[in-house]
Amino acid sequence: MFPSDLTTILPELVLASYGLAALMWAVFSNTQKTGTALVWLTSIFLVGLSLWIGLATTGTKQAFGGAFVDDGFSRFAKVVIALSSAVVLLLSRDYLDRERILKFEFPILVVFAVLGMMVMVSAHGLMVLYMGIELQSLSLYVLAAFHRNHSKSTEAGLKYFVLGALSSGLLLYGASLTYGFSGTTLMSGISEAISDGETSVGLLFGLAFLIVGLAFKVSAAPFHMWAPDVYEGAPTPVTLFLATAPKVAAMILFARLLMEAFGPVADDWQLIVGGIAFVSMFLGSIAAIGQIDIKRLMAYSSIAHMGYALMGIASGTEKGFQAMLIYMVIYTIMNLGTFAFILSMRKGGRPVSDIYSLGMYSKQAPVQAFSLLLLMFSLAGIVPLVGFFAKLYVFLAVIEVGMYWLALGGAIASVIGAYYYLRLVYFMYFGEDGESLDDNMTRTSQITLVLSGVFVIVGVANLFGIIDISQAATGMLFN
Amino acid sequence: MLFTLIFYFFSLLAIGSGLMVVFSRNPVHAVLWLILAFLSAAGLFVIQGAEFIAMLLIIVYVGAVAVLFLFVVMMLDVDFATLKAGMARYIPLGLLIGVVFLLILGIELSDWNSSEIAPDLRQVIQPADIQNTEALGNVIYTEYVFLFQIAGLILLVAMIGAIVLTHRKREGVKKQDVVSQMYRDSAKSVSLEDVPSGKGLS
Repeated sequence: MFPSDLTTILPELVLASYGLAALMWAVFSNTQKTGTALVWLTSIFLVGLSLWIGLATTGTKQAFGGAFVDDGFSRFAKVVIALSSAVVLLLSRDYLDRERILKFEFPILVVFAVLGMMVMVSAHGLMVLYMGIELQSLSLYVLAAFHRNHSKSTEAGLKYFVLGALSSGLLLYGASLTYGFSGTTLMSGISEAISDGETSVGLLFGLAFLIVGLAFKVSAAPFHMWAPDVYEGAPTPVTLFLATAPKVAAMILFARLLMEAFGPVADDWQLIVGGIAFVSMFLGSIAAIGQIDIKRLMAYSSIAHMGYALMGIASGTEKGFQAMLIYMVIYTIMNLGTFAFILSMRKGGRPVSDIYSLGMYSKQAPVQAFSLLLLMFSLAGIVPLVGFFAKLYVFLAVIEVGMYWLALGGAIASVIGAYYYLRLVYFMYFGEDGESLDDNMTRTSQITLVLSGVFVIVGVANLFGIIDISQAATGMLFN
Repeated sequence: MLFTLIFYFFSLLAIGSGLMVVFSRNPVHAVLWLILAFLSAAGLFVIQGAEFIAMLLIIVYVGAVAVLFLFVVMMLDVDFATLKAGMARYIPLGLLIGVVFLLILGIELSDWNSSEIAPDLRQVIQPADIQNTEALGNVIYTEYVFLFQIAGLILLVAMIGAIVLTHRKREGVKKQDVVSQMYRDSAKSVSLEDVPSGKGLS
């Protein structure tokens, strides 16, 4: 049994070994160049790993007595996580270098965070779930405080740590209640125990606490309060990282836990998740209106987007889960493009993040401005772009199960949310012609920004096959 | 009968010292009471037959955590009077949260039932004739080795984090270089000088 367990977790094993080897190498050869070299090496490694996971493995395998599962659903998420983390690393290099915080620990902490996320998406038991979350969160707490001489960054790290610890506590409370009811921490066992007899109040409390703990991790309202401060205070590359891969991992985990462990009590959680989605969409859309810091604005935007993605889970159907996967992929690509621009926002060599500094950016750099316009339109969900289709899929999924109020709320919230995305576009094209931004965008950022701009238009045709892949992935979860 | 007496003894001790942690005015005394609370909890675990957890409680909590607290309390000049003054404002809120959690726990326990198949699903049932430590050792490196290793990585990340966030390169710090020490011999370090009288060496 043991060798087959090891082959099942081979990708994780390889990544962990890489992280440890890189750490050793970096510690013993610590020079100025180590950080840069490791950023490149790590992103190449992550791309290779995602190709390997995506192309070389098939089927469903369980390991360690069913506590760990390697199926299409988790592989889909692992590919997205590894690829987006690689892009994040490439985008961060220039920013970190300029701020003089390009230490070799940065890529290594990213590697361990990615490892944690890979464990999360493969978790098939409550204990593995918790271990994955902790490995990922602990790396992220450190990353958020990475700019340690900067008071805002340390504040962000501390806030994230304290609230993250609180949410972990709630999650564990829920997990222990669930364990008390079912006598096992394996998801398959929990669902077996639930469908066997009548449910108890204790189990429902356990379910509720687990949902609250995970809602913290995906920053869905009303458990979002850490997000704006952490996004604003953390160094921008870390903000980008927080907004992409961990969200995908936590969302996949959310879906898997609710489906595979609590599938028999779907009626109970559908309403809770639907409610959280509803509140998130409105809070994210309304609270972002007053923001003048673009990183804070993106935090509220991500809260709203998590609401839409949760809608897919709330439907509880295969179609809804597929819509959630598509939504997360599109959201990740749009965020990578937008942050590629935010990372290069500087005035006189210093990073700025207030939205007024975008004034008349279109004159200065028409191609970039147009790509950003497309991304903003897509984030807002305006018709011919992929962002609209992402929303459309989740709306269709909830309408199919008769949750009209959720779809209606989502439509209204996206209209409200369109205001602040369009406001950024307004500043770029018709804003006041003040002191312009530095023209210092790196080649990597330019390529990422333009490519994601192209993606939101061209992707409309067939989403580059994401639909088929995600369908296959969710199919494996439901059968 | 004896076990009941011991149980009540440790329980009362735990509750009493727990109260004293909160109410003692001197923070150093509070930490000492905390240690006593840990010790009595360890005693309760021993009665339950969980001697391994009892030992862990003493080694980890008393040995490391409580001593760390004591260091913090004694080394850092924290003004506890102002801290407590701020606390008074939040006591109602804190009590409210506590009461809510207590109510939740009450609701759960009043209507608690575990699934009928739960006893069968319980995985690792401790064999009667071996000790806790051995029973844990049997599974922790086999069935739960994955979790164990991930826990190790979490601790590694914590260590990296502590170093990244606090380590500063200081100038003029003397470091021991073992290799250069080993390559040093008398030919390189001892020399015979002819000291002219009345002048000395510079």
